[in-house]
Amino acid sequence: MKILVGVKRVIDAYVKVRVKSDHTGVETQNVKMSMNPFDEIAVEEGVRLREAGTADELIAVSIGPDQAQETIRTALAMGADRGIHVVADGRVEPLAIAKIFKELIARENPDVVILGKQAIDDDNNQVGQMLAALMGWSQGTFASKIELGAGQAKVTREIDGGLETLDLKLPAVLTTDLRLNEPRYASLPNIMKAKKKEIAKLTADELGVDTAPRVEILKVTEPPARQAGVKVESAAELVEKLKNEAKVI
Amino acid sequence: MTSTTPTHPEIRESVAALCRDFPGEYWREKDRNDAYPTEFVTALTEAGFLACLIPEEYGGSGLGLSEAAAIMEEIHKSGCSGGACHAQMYIMGALLRHGDEEKKRRYLPEIASGALRLQAFGVTEPTSGTDTTRIRTTARRDGNEWVINGQKVWTSRAEHSDLMLLLARTTSREEAAKPHQGMSIFLVDMQKAKGNGLTIQKLEAMVNHATTEIFFDDLRIPADALIGEEGRGFYYILDGMNAERILISAEAIGDARWFIKKARDYAVDRRVFDRPIGQNQGVQFPIARCYAETEAAALMVQKAAETFDAGEEVGAMANMCKLLASEATWHAADTCLQTHGGFGFAREYDVERKFRETRLFQTAPISTNLILSYIAEHVLEMPRSF
Repeated sequence: MKILVGVKRVIDAYVKVRVKSDHTGVETQNVKMSMNPFDEIAVEEGVRLREAGTADELIAVSIGPDQAQETIRTALAMGADRGIHVVADGRVEPLAIAKIFKELIARENPDVVILGKQAIDDDNNQVGQMLAALMGWSQGTFASKIELGAGQAKVTREIDGGLETLDLKLPAVLTTDLRLNEPRYASLPNIMKAKKKEIAKLTADELGVDTAPRVEILKVTEPPARQAGVKVESAAELVEKLKNEAKVI
Repeated sequence: MTSTTPTHPEIRESVAALCRDFPGEYWREKDRNDAYPTEFVTALTEAGFLACLIPEEYGGSGLGLSEAAAIMEEIHKSGCSGGACHAQMYIMGALLRHGDEEKKRRYLPEIASGALRLQAFGVTEPTSGTDTTRIRTTARRDGNEWVINGQKVWTSRAEHSDLMLLLARTTSREEAAKPHQGMSIFLVDMQKAKGNGLTIQKLEAMVNHATTEIFFDDLRIPADALIGEEGRGFYYILDGMNAERILISAEAIGDARWFIKKARDYAVDRRVFDRPIGQNQGVQFPIARCYAETEAAALMVQKAAETFDAGEEVGAMANMCKLLASEATWHAADTCLQTHGGFGFAREYDVERKFRETRLFQTAPISTNLILSYIAEHVLEMPRSF
């Protein structure tokens, strides 16, 4: 079984994000970048399936600038077999990403594509669903448990009020939720091995995908600063304020 | 916060991820109980970081001091401490460079996997610190054995090590052709030796560094415990000392970066008189100065590691980077404590613990004055001061 995982290079989860002074986006110059945490979970799941013998090849794909290669190397150090880097500068929207994956699927013929449920930079949560639709494949999103069998997958999803279990036919697109697994850190010998693994380089043009944005960003601003809270004397006063001041009940 | 381009980002990233599992609370508890951070050392060992310098043919990663320095810096920058295990990285250097093939095959793969811990380095004695030629511990050949007598002090991690690299006199200082000759190095199996002529006593100290004093009373070790040629031990450990100084410097740089970030974050968040205290020049300028000082020292550490890896003479540079890095972190520690006001003294902020720990770098593995006298005598060619 062949598995494709998507890894996106995003601002590190531990960095405080700052809006650019011209409000066109957020500051990424000289900011620490890392693999999107949900993608780390996707890689970890792929590596576990690889180690268990369920999968025999794991390919890590990243779409982005030259530095996205570093993110692919991280995936290779965690245990992916090889990488594909689709070079793209600037903003690439979810639909274009899904189309690029569609072209890669045509070339690689994977049985399963595992993606993070969303990237922590733009929080779109769209690529997995769009890709499944473009391919006409089954989809199992927000997976908290994945069991792969011959030609099928059982996926547990966390939904409001409980767990939902889906039986899917392969091929399928799966997206990861936070509790699917705990990603490993790469060991030093594996970091060194990853340097010798192959990363193929392609462009969106070569794949025949137009990545020009369809959506125009008008303005990016900081969220309003939180105001200090107030203390209420009694439960009755709280209910009164919620009803008449906040108008939420 | 940006700094001069960090070396080996892929290694640092993984070390930082490992360190996130060992937050301040973990180290506070170890410090409170004077306990050894076994879990942390195990995690580092399993991830192969402590076998960084061991060649691939013996089960390590075969990397240089530049990579090892990046690992140690990142550990300290993350708020963890390499003091409990850094020796596992470099003590084996004497065995690697001067041991025979049979010994290397016997020990190095197990040191690389962590099955054998080579964490203890017995050099310093109560009556001879840096004046190494005056050590009094002796090894006397008796048939197929060496008989060891004497005492070592400040031997760190002895209770958490399987092997010790021991420096002992095999010819007395008076009888040796030169004071630096007549000393030899031995690989001592501590597990066998305990209770058979070797006694370890824990030394209570300012920092949780698992340090001990060690007594040898007619300890018998096999003849082949000797590494290299008899009488050349002092020269064998010199190379290792440069490596040690450079790695310790990297730890100091990591600490300095931790202090600067901690001070900066607190100064920006803490509001007094309706504004962040970091808005006051009296608070922000010392932090900015520490930053510049740390960057300068870090460049020297990096240069020293690269010079060592290139196999070039690095004695002066290893000493100088230790001097600069240990002072940079001390200034950063002092500034961080001052920035925190009274809270700097509260255990839960980790500042007071790191403050105590980072002070060590000016004293060990070599004190500032000895470095200054080295520079004066050997670099500036001034008269020897002692």
